[in-house]
Amino acid sequence: MEWWQEIYKAIKDANVRQVAYVPDAGHAKLIQACVDDDEITTISLTTEEEGIAVLSGAWLGGDRGVLLMQSSGVGNCVNMFSLAKTCQFPMALFITMRGQWKEFNPWQLPMGSTTEPTLELAGFSVNTAEDPNDVADFAAATLHHAFVGGEMSALLLHQKLTPVKTFGK
Amino acid sequence: MTLDAQNFALRRRDIVPELLKGRGDMLVVAGLGSTAWDITAAGDHDLSFPLWGAMGGSVSIGIGLAIAQPKRRVLVITGDGEMLMGMGSLATAARLNLQNLTVCVLDNEHYAETGMQTTHTSTGTNLSTIASGCGFQNSVAVSSQNELADVLPRLREGPGMQFASIKVRTEKLGFSLPPKDGVYLKTRFRKAILGDAAVLSS
Repeated sequence: MEWWQEIYKAIKDANVRQVAYVPDAGHAKLIQACVDDDEITTISLTTEEEGIAVLSGAWLGGDRGVLLMQSSGVGNCVNMFSLAKTCQFPMALFITMRGQWKEFNPWQLPMGSTTEPTLELAGFSVNTAEDPNDVADFAAATLHHAFVGGEMSALLLHQKLTPVKTFGK
Repeated sequence: MTLDAQNFALRRRDIVPELLKGRGDMLVVAGLGSTAWDITAAGDHDLSFPLWGAMGGSVSIGIGLAIAQPKRRVLVITGDGEMLMGMGSLATAARLNLQNLTVCVLDNEHYAETGMQTTHTSTGTNLSTIASGCGFQNSVAVSSQNELADVLPRLREGPGMQFASIKVRTEKLGFSLPPKDGVYLKTRFRKAILGDAAVLSS
């Protein structure tokens, strides 16, 4: 299986019903698999912070939800993280990294370099998967941390896992 | 402009009890500030989730809730300032066309909690037009008792996704504070919906 299929399997195994996302090329296949899944409601967001609130509302109503996004979106979420922290809403974030490795676009570097500490300051436990063979275990652990442990949990998907974006250069 | 120059007829503490009367199994999310105090003044309830922060997030919370509980009406009551901070969430909700979601903005054209500075709705921003433009098929602007009476049943029960922006008098009212322990608010809400399953380990 490709790494994104491991995440999809973990989401299904964890009985996740809501998948919120801001599109990212690295998540494109996973997003499509979720859109095509009748047991999952996908929520296309205008900004990532909506996703933190959507997952909170999902949990209030008895659903498990996850958020798919790229690293630049973490900065958009910062104040909304306080909702999850204060109320102890389980959070499961799957974040494709930009500005980390072989990045073509320097505008991605500031947020890419601060994604992990930002999440940790907000109260997340953070893991990074660099090897595609590790994604299955990390994905399952991220969901376990959230829905069994009640934690705010994020899995960073190293830029090695996603195609290098060259803008035609 | 003085507050007195703002003279909308409707008053928030009259409207909210009307929205919540006989609420049954309705699920209520209130934006931070005045609307959180309003729903509390109408009677604190296990199925109310008043926000003390997360500005701009009320409609998004309502989205996740409405998807999770499709058989119940979800009522998001918020203010114009909170709605302005999360306008994108109206597009997100409309795209999903959630049949059980009502968004009700009590629009006093001011940030009441921070010194009554004017909001963008005081200078022409029209939230009901924005909701309509986002794709809400039922979006109304209300500024009189007759208009309110006409729309109240739809806001409370549907059918379909509903949006209303209700112009309300700018007035300083007493605080009516809900519990501020977020874990308590979350747990009582979940327990009221899910029973003991809300607190038993999965």
